[in-house]
Amino acid sequence: MNAMENTCVSEDLGGYVLVRVCGEVDLSWSQQVRDAILVALGRGGVGVELALVTYIDSSGIAALVEGFQNARGKGKRFALIAASKSVLAVLQLARLDKVFPLFADVEAARAA
Amino acid sequence: MNATVPLIEVEQLEAWYGRRRILNGVDFTVNAGEIRVIMGGSGSGKSTLLRHLLGLHKPRSGWVRLLGVDIARAGERQMLDVRRQIGVSFQGGALLTSLSVGDNVALPLREHTNLDEATIRIMSRLKLEVVNLGGFQDLMPAQLSGGMIKRAALARAIAMDPKLLFFDEPSAGLDPVVSAELDELILRLRDALRMTIVVVTHELESAFKIADTITVLDQGDILMTGTVDAVRQCDNERIQDLLNRRPREIQVDADAYLKRLTEEAA
Repeated sequence: MNAMENTCVSEDLGGYVLVRVCGEVDLSWSQQVRDAILVALGRGGVGVELALVTYIDSSGIAALVEGFQNARGKGKRFALIAASKSVLAVLQLARLDKVFPLFADVEAARAA
Repeated sequence: MNATVPLIEVEQLEAWYGRRRILNGVDFTVNAGEIRVIMGGSGSGKSTLLRHLLGLHKPRSGWVRLLGVDIARAGERQMLDVRRQIGVSFQGGALLTSLSVGDNVALPLREHTNLDEATIRIMSRLKLEVVNLGGFQDLMPAQLSGGMIKRAALARAIAMDPKLLFFDEPSAGLDPVVSAELDELILRLRDALRMTIVVVTHELESAFKIADTITVLDQGDILMTGTVDAVRQCDNERIQDLLNRRPREIQVDADAYLKRLTEEAA
């Protein structure tokens, strides 16, 4: 398997921020993902795109949980977008697939 | 670490308790992503092998490499790095009785990471959810049943998302439903969190359900390592005795027997 670069990039779509996460999210940099999500929530609703995440550990999941809880506290929208199979497997392990709003693409998340 | 290096390599491992040899030059390899079951009856040496794999005993001879590190000769720093990447669920749980369940599970994260407390709280409670103990974080170990202790111990063992998980007798003392749930969980941990898992058990049903490969130990020797089907079909008499729960016939060496009974330092 080719190693994909670990990146987390935010894109402002006008009142809605898309946080694109790529690579393997683990303890070594999951705090960056957490910070990016929390900063994005300061600017509007947030969608976290996870299509290119090949692995996520529980520190990465914790970043998503914290973001979701934070969004709920602020009355903002929060969604996981195009979660990869690897991400879904970990969400399902803790039954979090029944907790997070999951959408296939950013249009569906924004329209919800 | 090179991905092709086995996560566990044991070569010619000998273990002794006093004058009694427990492991007779054991060779043992576990590759990444594998679920390996170590099976054997009482006194087969499986617990001793596990204690050597964990670095709790030093080999009398031979060597044990975990994640590419020779653990008998590793420095403190190297060993700490290895320990960060392994999780152990002990048979009796080994929870710290003075800490709540939540604090027990959070302990490795507090000891080994600089994560902020909010992340640690979520990660440790997430692991309690995974083992079906969601909401039990404030209980003390003394308030848990045997099955709950076992699950809390597993939650602590996986707190750090270890590469390598050791699980000693997961089914012992559990009711069949909880036992089946744990078997299922072991499979899902491997698939979702890419763990390599070594399970020590004498429960055949559980072993056959979860194992990719089984190592059968008997009186300090590895009788075979193979797939579930290979073990089932093996015509080795001792293995068939184990599978069919036939009592073993103990060989009596008259000289050794009398020596044990009569000599002062037997």
